[in-house]
Amino acid sequence: MMVMHLCVKNVTFLDKGPYSFSVEKGQCVGLTGRSGIGKTQLFRAITDLIPSDGEILLEGVPCSAFSPTQWRTKVTMVPADSFWWYDRVGDHFYKSDRQTALFQENCTLLGLDAEIANWQVNRLSTGERQRLALLRSLQNQPIVLLLDEPSSGLDAYNTGLMETFIDNYRRQNEPAIVWVSHDSEQLGRVADREFRMERNGLYERT
Amino acid sequence: MDIISLNSIDLSIAAFLLVLLSLLSMLLSLGLGQKILFYGCRMTAQLLFIGLVLRFLFDNGSMLLVMLMSSVMLLAAGREVQARQKRKILGSSGYLISTGAMFVSSFSVTMIALLVIIRVEPWYTPQYAIPLLGMLLGNTMTGISLAMDRMTDQLYGRRGEVEQRLLLGQTWQEASRDIRRDCMRTGMMPIINSMAAAGLVSLPGMMTGQILSGTPPIEAVKYQILIMFLISAGTGFGVVSAIWMSGLQLFDDRHRLCLNILDVDRE
Repeated sequence: MMVMHLCVKNVTFLDKGPYSFSVEKGQCVGLTGRSGIGKTQLFRAITDLIPSDGEILLEGVPCSAFSPTQWRTKVTMVPADSFWWYDRVGDHFYKSDRQTALFQENCTLLGLDAEIANWQVNRLSTGERQRLALLRSLQNQPIVLLLDEPSSGLDAYNTGLMETFIDNYRRQNEPAIVWVSHDSEQLGRVADREFRMERNGLYERT
Repeated sequence: MDIISLNSIDLSIAAFLLVLLSLLSMLLSLGLGQKILFYGCRMTAQLLFIGLVLRFLFDNGSMLLVMLMSSVMLLAAGREVQARQKRKILGSSGYLISTGAMFVSSFSVTMIALLVIIRVEPWYTPQYAIPLLGMLLGNTMTGISLAMDRMTDQLYGRRGEVEQRLLLGQTWQEASRDIRRDCMRTGMMPIINSMAAAGLVSLPGMMTGQILSGTPPIEAVKYQILIMFLISAGTGFGVVSAIWMSGLQLFDDRHRLCLNILDVDRE
């Protein structure tokens, strides 16, 4: 029997749910739904930022069996709005030489300036922050990646770069991905399966 | 030289200055006139009352009475800390944190001063125990109040940043480190300012009181140095305790930020 990378069973939070779905290793599941329905809160429940009832399993092991820091290293969320607490971009990333070289390569692939690590955070545009937030979340090499509207602030060209980048990352590292988007065409390009979120559950689109 | 005794007329002249300030505030519509008068009257009543209590205590100084008075002072200080919070921790937890932090810091430092440094016999002699504890409580109360207010306000205002750091696999201690550091600095600022100004800008209150009552200046200075060290240490320990205990309350065992325990409607 295949053990799902991520399995969400009858999860309820804040009077919403129950929600159930699973994602295999290397698979991308799309998630859509009207604004305010709770997609971000579902991600917060999966990453254990808010308490929830039900089961959330990573490769068959429940969330409660992991320490909170272990869980969030393996199951990470890239939020729609990112936060930055140091003045310099590079200070938010690990400092080893390999990471720095890899960081510059990834910046180029995402259409960012290769020297962006030396920039001041207050110089960044919304789109640059979004792409850098993705890179920051990938540092821990998560097993599950929850993307909350990752390209909402990007133009069509940079959206294409980001989709290609994530697709390549998926092929190389095989994380399970859940991708929230209001763009049905985008989900058609990136997702293997799609779910629509309602207040009382998730409904798979065929 | 014997201390010059004050009568009601002397105090009334000083009070008149406060009344003038209140009138000025009303004339300029600064909105503080009533508050100045109210807290001036309240302070007078409190100090007159405490003067009577201290006279009784000094005449009948049993350990039980001293402990009772100390407990009342501690509980009142805890209440004052809670009353100054913009976003206080709901329920009894916030009160217990502030009271507990002040108990741990002020009482322990006072005991060290009485037993080890001053070595008064008996250690609970009210003329030493009550004023020392009072000074320590008053200053630690200020530091803890500022630190806790800053802590809850910053965790609420910067919750996105804190949760982002938690999402990157940080513990609650790592995610809140910058905020806790800021709170420590804020809590210690009044006593650091006092230490910087002591002797240069102003003569501290205790020293002034002793000199007025006829104590030789060098002896008064020694006591003032002692009390400044005790207050700094007490405030530091109190602020560290309060920040740590607040953190334990505001993050749960899964390192989630729990802002639902804050009273956030007081804008």
